[in-house]
Amino acid sequence: MTRKPPEPGVLEARLEATRVKRNWLLSLPALVLLLVGASGPLLIVLVYSFMEPGDYSGVVWKPTFDAWVQIFFSRDIFDDTLGLADAHLTIFWRSVRLSLLTTLITIAFGLPTAYFIATRPGRARVFWLFLITIPFWTNLLVRTFAILEMIRSEGLINTWLQNLGLISEPLQIMYTDTAVLIGMAYVYLPLMVLPLYAAIERFDFRLVEAGYDLYANRWQVLRRVILPIVKPGIVAGSILVFVPSLGAYVTPRVLGGGKNMMIGNFIELQFGQGRNWPLGSSLSILLLLIVMVALLFYVRVSTRESER
Amino acid sequence: MRGAKPFSIRRIPGFTMIAVTCFVLLYAPILTIVVYSFNAGDSVALWKGFSLKWYVVAAQNQQVQEATLRSLVIALAASLISTTLATMAALGTTRTRGFPGRTAIYVMINQPLMVPEIVTAVALLIFFASIKVATGYTGLGYLILAHSAFCIPFAYLPIRARMEGMDLSLESAAADLYATPWRTFRRITLPLMAPGIVAGAMLAFVISLDDVIITEFVKSAGQDTLPTYMLGQLRRAITPEVNAISTVLLALTVLLLTVFFILSGRGTAKS
Repeated sequence: MTRKPPEPGVLEARLEATRVKRNWLLSLPALVLLLVGASGPLLIVLVYSFMEPGDYSGVVWKPTFDAWVQIFFSRDIFDDTLGLADAHLTIFWRSVRLSLLTTLITIAFGLPTAYFIATRPGRARVFWLFLITIPFWTNLLVRTFAILEMIRSEGLINTWLQNLGLISEPLQIMYTDTAVLIGMAYVYLPLMVLPLYAAIERFDFRLVEAGYDLYANRWQVLRRVILPIVKPGIVAGSILVFVPSLGAYVTPRVLGGGKNMMIGNFIELQFGQGRNWPLGSSLSILLLLIVMVALLFYVRVSTRESER
Repeated sequence: MRGAKPFSIRRIPGFTMIAVTCFVLLYAPILTIVVYSFNAGDSVALWKGFSLKWYVVAAQNQQVQEATLRSLVIALAASLISTTLATMAALGTTRTRGFPGRTAIYVMINQPLMVPEIVTAVALLIFFASIKVATGYTGLGYLILAHSAFCIPFAYLPIRARMEGMDLSLESAAADLYATPWRTFRRITLPLMAPGIVAGAMLAFVISLDDVIITEFVKSAGQDTLPTYMLGQLRRAITPEVNAISTVLLALTVLLLTVFFILSGRGTAKS
């Protein structure tokens, strides 16, 4: 038997197939681990959101949309009519409001800071950037705890204000929405500064010079020249801050206490004392969907910007 | 002394002041914790003199000892596993023309960065709870598995960045000199990748060490790590012991970050 020489292109096709197979095989272990330890279980959450709650925990395998209805409506125990679930809506509204405010505060502080860093000369810039990076990587709990130490009744701020005689009673900041807001703005600020810095760093300052040459004042230069170019950085930073704020768990738990829950804490409650795993699951999926929409919006804006 | 500052086109009035305020606000709380961890008294607001008392208290606390050991074991295992898998994945997805499914692999690898942590935590709680019931195993394996999974993107990104900047000609030269593919990989590719791999492993280590939410939901009874132990303590009366633990965690982070910056800085300077 003589072996026929392979048709032209067959060898290339085989090499190509081997290459694809090799790349997939190399990536496979990581993908399997991620499937078991991160992505796969999300499907179970999705399934659980369409089940009935078990008596103590877990679910009963009866398909129903109850958990999804319960997100916004509660059933009256006397006449079985549906009414808006006020308690839930309060929690959602608090989560959205605090996340938006956190985003605005971090822009107000982050934009000047990023601008300041980006306009430093070479080595100094690396130093200031490092100063922003340290809090970024510092344990979130440690940073939340640091804020707790500052604002609690026996904390540093209240003790100093009392010693100075400015107040007689300690200010009650802890366990309020303000405490959660302070904490989240503090914790997520570096997430705003870093993308803003990346946007401003590439900025061509000759444009500012051109603006001044054309008799613009500083405010006009900021509003008409700098802000439009920095806008993608602001969008990126806003998404990076808004998304984890909305899903925040540690900061509201430590600084807000039991009364000032956000969605994350409300989800946990359903798996603990609430004993309503399906509701916890539907809330998780809802949170995931909101985050995905925000990220898709970001991808669309950033690709549009880069196409320009 | 007064005189108008020279006009600089880069200066925007007020920005420098806000920036400096911002840095002060960022560091004041952290530094307060560090300073008061050396306080002799048991208040976090009244300074009673320098002492290492709270470090001794923390070091002698058996729960802290166990939690520290557990944190380190998990972080070490997770960074080892995730870095190994991320290195393989980086070899499969960089320096190669596009292939079917590459985008899917990217999305899968970066998935832990996109899903809110509380959602993943809840999902793992449900998943592992049923496995715990079915198998009866309640060891550290669940925590190591979960940590390894969410550390993968953090290990992968620096390795990929390093590989994309790597010079291919050395590998071609090795192959021209009749080195086997394995020998080329071991003697040329791997050493070139090393800074990226070390940087990735360190990021994974820091991320695992810092994790609170997923650990809190996945851990079985008596499996506190340092962060979840701290979270439990914050509900009770707070002693400067927590300050001491925080300061140690902070010091560890700063140390690892400095090494990371030096490594990645050297990597980019070379290539």
